[in-house]
Amino acid sequence: MRKLAALLKHPLRELASDVDEAVSPERYTMLRRKIIALMVAATLIPLSVMAVLNYYEHQNAMAREIQNPLRVLVNKTKSSFELFLAERSSTVSLIASAYTYAELADEKKLARIFNVMRREFEGFVDLGLIDEHGTQVNYVGPYTLQGKDYSDQRWFQEVRVKGKYVSDVFMGFRKFPHVIVAVQHMSEDGRTWILRATLDTRQFERFIASMSLEPDADAFLVNTQGLMQTNSNNYGKVLERMSFPLPPLTFEPTVLTMTDPLGREVFLAYAYFPGADFVLMAAKPRSSALKTWYTVRGDLLFIFVAGVAVVLFAAMRVTDALIQRMKESEDRRELALREVEHSQKLSSIGRLAAGVAHEVNNPLAIINEKTGLMKDILTMQPDFPAREKILAQVDSVLRAVERCRGITHRMLGFARRMDVSFEELDLGELIRETAGFLANEAMHRKVDVQLDLDPELPRIVSDRSQLQQVFLNLFNNALAAVGDGGSITVAARPENGDVRVVVKDNGCGMSDETLKHIFEPFFTTKKGKGTGLGLSITYGIIKRLGGEISVESTQGVGTTLTITLPKGQREALA
Amino acid sequence: MNTKDWKILLVDDEHEFITTLAERLELRGINARVVFDGESALLAVAQDEPHVMVLDVLMPGIKGLEVLERVKRSNPQVQVLLLTGHGSTRDGIEGMRLGAFDYMMKPLNIDTLIEKMESAIDYAGKAASLGQ
Repeated sequence: MRKLAALLKHPLRELASDVDEAVSPERYTMLRRKIIALMVAATLIPLSVMAVLNYYEHQNAMAREIQNPLRVLVNKTKSSFELFLAERSSTVSLIASAYTYAELADEKKLARIFNVMRREFEGFVDLGLIDEHGTQVNYVGPYTLQGKDYSDQRWFQEVRVKGKYVSDVFMGFRKFPHVIVAVQHMSEDGRTWILRATLDTRQFERFIASMSLEPDADAFLVNTQGLMQTNSNNYGKVLERMSFPLPPLTFEPTVLTMTDPLGREVFLAYAYFPGADFVLMAAKPRSSALKTWYTVRGDLLFIFVAGVAVVLFAAMRVTDALIQRMKESEDRRELALREVEHSQKLSSIGRLAAGVAHEVNNPLAIINEKTGLMKDILTMQPDFPAREKILAQVDSVLRAVERCRGITHRMLGFARRMDVSFEELDLGELIRETAGFLANEAMHRKVDVQLDLDPELPRIVSDRSQLQQVFLNLFNNALAAVGDGGSITVAARPENGDVRVVVKDNGCGMSDETLKHIFEPFFTTKKGKGTGLGLSITYGIIKRLGGEISVESTQGVGTTLTITLPKGQREALA
Repeated sequence: MNTKDWKILLVDDEHEFITTLAERLELRGINARVVFDGESALLAVAQDEPHVMVLDVLMPGIKGLEVLERVKRSNPQVQVLLLTGHGSTRDGIEGMRLGAFDYMMKPLNIDTLIEKMESAIDYAGKAASLGQ
């Protein structure tokens, strides 16, 4: 089970337990860190994964975007090369077939044919007829090559075997890079001869130039032995050896990434020619090719960093707000707990006080009566020895009893204040009922008691018993203040969501001096009359019930007591 | 009415207290009969019909408020002064609802007690004359 519980232990659950324990500032700091870490992790991990995936996806897409055009360009240029060579060799082949040996051996005729060829097709440098022994029998061109013997040259052997030959670029006698196209023809009489044309490679350079590559890019033709067939910016001049090894053989245009001899990362697009010994190559440095990518990468990085900053900022702000809320609610909870504890303590003290007062009051009453009796007896016997001295002692005891009475009554008053139980009640009905207790006395003293209770008086939440005590006290006071035939008015009205009760009498009123002390404990002008509950207790109860009490009085005119009670429960601290 | 003619009934289970109170009243010329429980109180009311009954709220057996209620039913003219020795004034208020004339808390001030007795007897007399 414990294992299962451990397995089920979730980081959030751990957090929740921390929340309970989080009371000290260090705890809050720890909690803050944990929440921020959790929020940052929860947002940054997906963000980072997305960023990384996006990065590579984008990079690959961009690379493809760059590689594809390069591949297509190489393919197209290779086709141009092939077409060029095919056209030229077909032309030579056509002439070899269309004319007889005698015609081609005719110097003028060959010159005319060559002129036509040069006019129609660019690139031809010269044209020569070579007999089966390898001797050039006729020649049209800028050099003096008539009678030259080619019998020991490789191309001669090859054209004898294959019937057709396209050479690599070479210098030969002419001392400039050129390519030869040679075709062997066999006449009907069995005689063979070879027609050989030279092409200058400027046309090759033009094809390369037509690729319109950027200055740092490079395109060139190389033969399968690795000799440069055209000039390259970076990898060698024509007929020099290419400065890096040939890539694997493939006739399909292919792109690979490599580090070139200059130490640059390059995309190398290349294709071997199926019909000739050439490989067309185009190299483009990655850095320039991926310039757009680097811009995009910069943007991506900026977005990522900005995202991280926003996430961090938001996480911190949210966490701070959360922690603040938690602190506040923790404080509120603690305050509420303290209040409950406080009121429980007060309530227990109240109960204890009531118990003690009750237990003490009965023996105190006996002491009071016994001492009172002693005093009565002594008062009746003027000749009792040491009468005065004993009377002084008795009075002293009676004063002590009076003090104790004060103490127990204070304790009872305190207990009463603690003993609040709220309920919804009809204040009008409560006032009517309480006034009813005194109806008999009012009637026989011909005191006019008027109840002016608003029928719209709202029901209030308060303590019935304590309110009865308050009103009984107030009515008793009013009754005591008015003479026979006086009048008392009790008015109750709703006011600003509260209820206001005004008890007004036309009695003797109070002096300003009395008014100052009216709410003080055990202040009385009635000298032992009444129920023993002073206005101070009334005041305490009203405050306890969340209300207000005020008094106005003019000597000889009357007194007005105003009580405001909240409609709902609004318990004030005692 | 002269205090000598007053008929007072004192009801409390605290013997020492109530007998001493009776003695003190007697010294002031007031005749007071003393009983120590509710049942005796009911019997005494039935026999003597006192003017005023001073009744302790908290007694063993029949409780003070029940005695009050029964007395008010059988002899409504008997005025009752309740004595409470403990904290809650609920009993006092409840007593007044049941028809008690007033309530007092222990320890008593004998002069206040006599004043209240006088008020009660005075009130009973006026009420009776009004009733007639």
